[in-house]
Amino acid sequence: MSGARPLELRDVERGRKLRERLARAVERAGREITVMHVCGSHEQAMARYGLRQSLPRALRVQMGPGCPVCVTDAPEIDAVITLAEAGHLVLTYGDMLRVPGRAGSLDDARAAGARVEVIYSATQALERARATRDPVIFFATGFETTAVATAAILLQAPPDNLFVYSAHKWVPAAMEVVACSPGSRIEGYLAAGHAATITGYGVFEPFVAAHQRPVVVAGFEPLDILAGLVSLVDLVARGEPRVVNAFPRCVSREGNRRALDALRRVFRAGDGEWRGIACVPGGELQLRDAYAAWDAMRRFEDLLERAPERAERVDARDCRCGAIMTGLAEPTDCAHFGVACRPESPIGACMVSSEGPCRIWLEHRVAPPRPAAHEGDAP
Amino acid sequence: MCLGAPGQIVEITDSTAVVDFWGVRRRVALDLVDEPVAAGDYVLVHVGFAIRRIAEEDLAETLAFFEAMSTEDLEGLVPPKDG
Repeated sequence: MSGARPLELRDVERGRKLRERLARAVERAGREITVMHVCGSHEQAMARYGLRQSLPRALRVQMGPGCPVCVTDAPEIDAVITLAEAGHLVLTYGDMLRVPGRAGSLDDARAAGARVEVIYSATQALERARATRDPVIFFATGFETTAVATAAILLQAPPDNLFVYSAHKWVPAAMEVVACSPGSRIEGYLAAGHAATITGYGVFEPFVAAHQRPVVVAGFEPLDILAGLVSLVDLVARGEPRVVNAFPRCVSREGNRRALDALRRVFRAGDGEWRGIACVPGGELQLRDAYAAWDAMRRFEDLLERAPERAERVDARDCRCGAIMTGLAEPTDCAHFGVACRPESPIGACMVSSEGPCRIWLEHRVAPPRPAAHEGDAP
Repeated sequence: MCLGAPGQIVEITDSTAVVDFWGVRRRVALDLVDEPVAAGDYVLVHVGFAIRRIAEEDLAETLAFFEAMSTEDLEGLVPPKDG
């Protein structure tokens, strides 16, 4: 790839042609079409490049459960807070720090004196553990792309003081739940190109066969998303349920075999709660028995079981994050959005991460917060 | 956390590489990339691990897909039967 090639992925003229082509396709279909993307990075790119505002009115692009920070369940965060409060060093990715558990966040625990440190690579957890004899707990979160990194460090003969608390999730399992939810009007799915770089686009073939809905795997440049939407709308309008790979520069049918092999050696798919959504069968990546010695859930089982259950914040009870991440509501449907719930004081997980739908909508001004219901509530 | 970034390999030492992300350089693990890589190659990186070599010919395929999607005719896109 020579230096100028990446710029071709942002060609303005090509973008105009794709937008016009998308508009013609939706017009030709002659009805409203509803599709869903399953990736926070898609929403982020759509907001950053103003794509949402330029979509045809009859095309509805709903947000799916594609933000790993948002779907990490509150009790998982509470458990890691318990470990940190017990004096253990906890390492995690930066955007997990401020996600509210039921009572507080890891950031709150840190402010109260617990040792919580941010890492940007799983390799740092390994290095940190090798440099000390004390327990080092890695709160491992995210989808396929980060799960393979956690698998890779566990395959490198890690020291016996490294413990992984896995909250990793497997996205295709959650798509199954969304597709089966009653009242779903979703006619096609835009799947995340980076996750599919690992899994391969073949992973969606059984889903398409079962639900008779097309899946288009798309990348994250504005043209990737536009071309992906054109392809998806075409498939929906033609009634052609199949998988299209719109991200061929990274995605193959079989995926990254080396990474998948690492993933399968270290993890098995179990049932797990996706925050605000449902218990997703096969949606949680749990450490296999062969890695029990490095499993924080097993090593600290007694401590975690003794911890009192934390009471949920009252204002979190009407948080709409779950509905927002399953396409049943938009951020502006939530009374807290942009008012009580803001990036600096998040109530729901969707307001925390740069991949969270609420934070994206607020920061990129995709839609203004709705007027407060009571006088004096307005910001 | 889930944000992947493409970057260019500057140099390789054992199973890690220094990768240039448009001016910012980071050491990246190569354990998970599924084909041989060399200095000058572009790779897709997630949380400190390269997960894919981005090959020149694959980029051409993406550009061809953009071309196809912006010019392909609308044959077969029919209004609903009841409309």
